[in-house]
Amino acid sequence: MDFNSQLFVQYLIIGIASGALISLIALGYTLVYGIVELINFAHGEVFMMGAFAALTLVAATGVTGDSSAGAIIGVIALALLGAMVFSALLNFGIDRIAYRRLRNAPRLAPLIAAIGFSFILQNIGIYWHGSNPITPPSIIPAEYRAYNILNEWFDLETRIRLRPLDLAVLAVTIPLLVGLTWFVYRTRTGKAMRATAQDREAAALMGIDVNRTIATAFLLGGALAGAAGMIALYYNNAARFQMGFRYGLFAFTAAVLGGIGNLAGSVIGGLCIGIVWAMSDGFMKEYVPAWGAQWTPAVIFGVLVLVMIFRPSGLLGEQTVDKV
Amino acid sequence: MSSMSGTAYASTLAAGEAFDERDDRRASRRRLGWTALVVAVMFLYPFVDQALGIGRLGSFMSIFVLIILAMGLNVVVGYAGLLDLGYAAFFAIGAYTIAFLTSPGSVFVQRGYVPDVLQNFWPAMLLAWLVSAIFGVILGAPTLRLRGDYLAIVTLGFGEIVPNFFYNAENVTNGTRGINPIGKPGTLGSGDFSLSFGPTDQRNWYWLMLLVGLLTVFLITRLYDSRLGRSWQAVREDEIAASSMGVNLVKTKLWAFALGASFSGFAGSVYASAFQYVHPSQFEFSTSVMVLAMVILGGIGNIYGVIFGGLLIATFDRILAEVLRDPVQSLGRSLNIGWLERHDLTSDRLLVFGLALVLMMLLRPGGLFPNARRRAELQPESDDVRVAEDQRLYDLRAKNEPALGERA
Repeated sequence: MDFNSQLFVQYLIIGIASGALISLIALGYTLVYGIVELINFAHGEVFMMGAFAALTLVAATGVTGDSSAGAIIGVIALALLGAMVFSALLNFGIDRIAYRRLRNAPRLAPLIAAIGFSFILQNIGIYWHGSNPITPPSIIPAEYRAYNILNEWFDLETRIRLRPLDLAVLAVTIPLLVGLTWFVYRTRTGKAMRATAQDREAAALMGIDVNRTIATAFLLGGALAGAAGMIALYYNNAARFQMGFRYGLFAFTAAVLGGIGNLAGSVIGGLCIGIVWAMSDGFMKEYVPAWGAQWTPAVIFGVLVLVMIFRPSGLLGEQTVDKV
Repeated sequence: MSSMSGTAYASTLAAGEAFDERDDRRASRRRLGWTALVVAVMFLYPFVDQALGIGRLGSFMSIFVLIILAMGLNVVVGYAGLLDLGYAAFFAIGAYTIAFLTSPGSVFVQRGYVPDVLQNFWPAMLLAWLVSAIFGVILGAPTLRLRGDYLAIVTLGFGEIVPNFFYNAENVTNGTRGINPIGKPGTLGSGDFSLSFGPTDQRNWYWLMLLVGLLTVFLITRLYDSRLGRSWQAVREDEIAASSMGVNLVKTKLWAFALGASFSGFAGSVYASAFQYVHPSQFEFSTSVMVLAMVILGGIGNIYGVIFGGLLIATFDRILAEVLRDPVQSLGRSLNIGWLERHDLTSDRLLVFGLALVLMMLLRPGGLFPNARRRAELQPESDDVRVAEDQRLYDLRAKNEPALGERA
């Protein structure tokens, strides 16, 4: 059987777009883990809540694909910003209510609390939008729904589709990533975050307000998850209270693959996982008849286990030693 | 006592720390009495159920199974301190093992791969027990070197993959149609004293479940006091210290995983047979978290606490939510509260599990009935204690060390 390069490129495009999305969520895991060494289990649900907030906001404005271009752009910006603020505050609130009080507790205590929050948020999700998948109101103008950038902009005679949506995902993700990098490496607060991640007590002795710095990490992670929620809502054209679980597991895998605690690693890991995801969803079927999207979670889980066993520090992470 | 000097003994007495053996014996006799009473009530419940026409034997059966699961998870989480978030996977493996072996609907039986001996309930149950333990080792062997929180995620992934497999490997597992019927135990005894396990003999099933539960309690309490049990606690409290005292970390943890998994598989096989049906949706992540919530609510590491926590949560899940739904809705109607009127209590299960986990971690990390040792570990190390300890160290040093300028 020949290598179907057209199909490969098609799924590569899908993989990069979903990989960018996963990177955004993975960064939330990495930011928090880097500072407090907690797997924020509720992070996937914070992402889901972002999608739900965006859904409610868009529905409330009543804008549809037939509205004026200005209104559509406005509502997209509003939903994106709203979802980011909502998720950021939510993540911050969870830290304030629970994790902060468990800072000196054994490691499993905050993790268990995080699992608890993940379930509480799922149940709130059920109250909010019910337990069935929801399709968001369509805000993309009809003429752009079947638009193929490769045909229209570059006059390429190809069946590979590059939708405006694929580009939009990158258009939102890349500035956020650049902004985050700038924040962490160029601002005083970012410096404080890095210092706190290295050694919390020493940072406190240097006059850094550790709790505030940790709260900033939660705010940032939450905002990124909220943005990812808004994007996922329109990229998948669906939202459901359980969506956070799978995305969360995939994003956590991405963070571990890239080296948890490492920002660049999360992005690279996210892209890898996104591409593996897309290939397993569609491309592998060409060669293995029984293959399909239903096996993707198993593949990603396999990646997670292999990374954890053979290179627990990830692609870019440094070797960490358990502290006594 | 004899080696203790007179004054020390006297001061201990004065401090009121000496115990009166008679009191101790009386207390243990009282405890035994209570246990016997509770067990007797549980054995007699089917008659009450029948007399009053309650018809809840089935719910109690699934509650027993959930409590067995909680006790098994307690071995892994409570005794050995390994957070296993995919515990329901072993439950599924046990249930599907017995289904594959004994159901006429299973491909393995149809193709004649299963020897006749194994198509029987009892041997199949033993095999399900064994297979789950083996899967526990298969999952544990490569992952137990991981740090606690990484291990949690790997087990979570495993717990997600196993039902995923049962959903999708349709030509083996029947996918979403599930497998039915499943082998049952044959009639025990004969004549007037026979116990059969047909579809109408729910009462016998109930007793069987109860016996299985009591057997589990017995096994686990014995296990806790065994050499292995003490190694688990040592590993949980301080891995490095335990390993330098000669505890084999990998072996100890693997045993915890294997035994924990085996109880889950055991419960799964009995559950599958009692309800005559296996379906992948019974074994999803929420089941794992429900069982975890039972362990944490009741008192991590304390088997009686875990039983109590299991009883609370399982009763809510299998009985209360259903029974209270209509009263709550009519309360909402009479008070004219719209959301309460439409509210379906059975959709609150995730919230209940989640709240149980969060509140217990914040307010009472040792659970309602904490294991004394476990409580000390889970207590956040407060600065006051640390400062006080350091101060004591300084005081000691000051007493023993010569002051500046003084000759030793």
